Amino acid sequence: MTALSHAITQDSLTSGRLPKFATPVTAVAAAVVGFALAVLLAGGNLGTAVLIAYVIFLLSMEIAARVVEGPRQAADRRARHLIVGAFLLALLPLGSVVLEVLSKGMGRFDLGFFSQSMRNVVGEGGGAVHAIYGTLYVTGLATLISVPIGLLTAIYLAEYGVRNRLSKAITFFVDVMTGVPSIVAGLFAYALMSLIFGAGSKSGFSGSIALSVLMIPVVVRSSEELLRLVPNELREAAYALGVPKWLTIVKVVLPTAVSGLVSGVILAIARVIGETAPLLIAAGYTTSLNNNPFAGPMMTLPVFVFDCYAHPGTDVQAYLDRAWTGALTLIVIVMLLNLIGRLIARRFAPKTR
Amino acid sequence: MTAKLTSTPTGAAAAPPRPGPDPKRPGEALFRGLATGAGILILVILALVAGFLLIQGSPALFADPAKLASQGYGEFVSWVLPYVWGTVWAALLALLLAVPIAIGIALFISHYAPRRLAQPLGYLIDLLAAVPSVVFGLWGSLVLAPAMLPLFTTLNTHLGFIPLFAGQVSGTGRTILTAAIVLATMVLPIITSLCREVFLQAPRLHEEAALALGATRWEMVKMAVLPFARPGIIAAVMLGLGRALGETMAVTMLLSGSRNLTFELLTSQNPNTIAAVIAQNFPEAFGLKTNQLIAAGLVLFLITLAVNSVARWIVSRRAQYSGAN
Repeated sequence: MTALSHAITQDSLTSGRLPKFATPVTAVAAAVVGFALAVLLAGGNLGTAVLIAYVIFLLSMEIAARVVEGPRQAADRRARHLIVGAFLLALLPLGSVVLEVLSKGMGRFDLGFFSQSMRNVVGEGGGAVHAIYGTLYVTGLATLISVPIGLLTAIYLAEYGVRNRLSKAITFFVDVMTGVPSIVAGLFAYALMSLIFGAGSKSGFSGSIALSVLMIPVVVRSSEELLRLVPNELREAAYALGVPKWLTIVKVVLPTAVSGLVSGVILAIARVIGETAPLLIAAGYTTSLNNNPFAGPMMTLPVFVFDCYAHPGTDVQAYLDRAWTGALTLIVIVMLLNLIGRLIARRFAPKTR
Repeated sequence: MTAKLTSTPTGAAAAPPRPGPDPKRPGEALFRGLATGAGILILVILALVAGFLLIQGSPALFADPAKLASQGYGEFVSWVLPYVWGTVWAALLALLLAVPIAIGIALFISHYAPRRLAQPLGYLIDLLAAVPSVVFGLWGSLVLAPAMLPLFTTLNTHLGFIPLFAGQVSGTGRTILTAAIVLATMVLPIITSLCREVFLQAPRLHEEAALALGATRWEMVKMAVLPFARPGIIAAVMLGLGRALGETMAVTMLLSGSRNLTFELLTSQNPNTIAAVIAQNFPEAFGLKTNQLIAAGLVLFLITLAVNSVARWIVSRRAQYSGAN
């Protein structure tokens, strides 16, 4: 025992390990060398510099760890550095998208953008008010269609058809439905409307049918999860008082879960409001305000961005500016919806106790 | 479930088990019918999606090749095959880029990041999923493509002997590799979130046992987490593949696709995807051309349906034997 306790001294605990400051020091050194090499060899490209620095860091840490700590510890360090690197790499596109959209979109983020349509506009000026209205109509109608269907299905899955054949089939196909490509949903709405109203009819309503196909599975999944969180004691208490099952669901289960249901619906709206391809197919595009979702093509914000990018007129830059501002508006809307949804979910979390 | 609970044997007033809705309660029957109807409606909608695509696509599927050549885009199978190949090729490239990174991020959040930071960092990755696809398309073609150009030129001059990097480098940077990078960014969040969930379900005792036996953290992950999570990772990859196959806008806005079958990643002659070809041509199409594009949509639908079904099957099979939930 005594020999052992003698052996475990401060020295033997730290020997065979790289000192704690090794990692940051190597990182800084690798960064300096990387940037120097990039300036000397590749003309100072920032991306090249970071890449060289990362490789140098990995190599030098590998060698140092292998010499001092042995191959197992070296593998551990290598894995850790690669994993952290993967995470930082993923932040790159996110940061770049947000920065670019902000810097390029702020230029036209003005009053005109939110008060004018593109009617008779060929060069500068104009705005997206027709697209914003269209997005509100189309998404609103899609919500009106999807929420009742989705919610009732979730009630069936969670309350009535627990683990029977039909509910298993529905669960499976709801999952499959989440994987339906958005453009296929658009083609479905177009084909449906063509059969009813004749070939080639495009309308806002058609677009909202397409969005519903994408939205229903999201609503079902989130609502079902929420309904299952409602404690069974509440249901049993209601049954004990002689309340029929459907009234128990309407008056006890749904109010208990209401905040989660609302936040689920908001997140589902955020999911579909940025969809472009189905609306391009089903709702078409136009330059003027259309207040009737049941007749004539209707512009929406994502399609507006695509249209400005893909079909620029005489003054290309003006169209691109509008596209970036449209993208900024879209991102702001989606982020706001996400934020509100998460806040509601957290603030009024289901009372499980 | 609840019906069983109400009819416990001790209850003297235990009513005989009700086989169906109580006739004295019309509200009950109505509500139950509504809920069941909504569930069945979903199955009907999915069947309708396939049905309508088939109805509207069939004029092109069964049309005379000569008629298709004059009024459509040409004989169907030979027309659609290059696009099928382009779709699969772009999706595979995207997965090749996305999967290792996604697994790395998921491990970072589940096993490496400090506990308190894990949740916010997860949100950060979820934010990527919130960016609309059209914004990614805009960013990819106007920001990413020019930024990638120096890298493409370097790859071409130094590694041009590899067939992948051969050929004349595109002057705009809008190549299938750029499209694949954008696609990878878009499927990253879904693969990450699924992997993260599976990694978090790995049995705690196995992890602690590995650490107690002196394993390093990476050895613990390799021996206790990854083997447990393998089916989940496969399912996540398949779901990501389904997403990448059907993604439209990034490719539509990036590539001015042609129809050649090529493995070259850096040229301006890129294969196009089904979804992009539909989006690019549909607004101007009419008559038989519309039918032909819808038939192409049906092909895409069937491909993604197959991929997603396999993925879901793996997930459901796993849920049964894992015992984690």
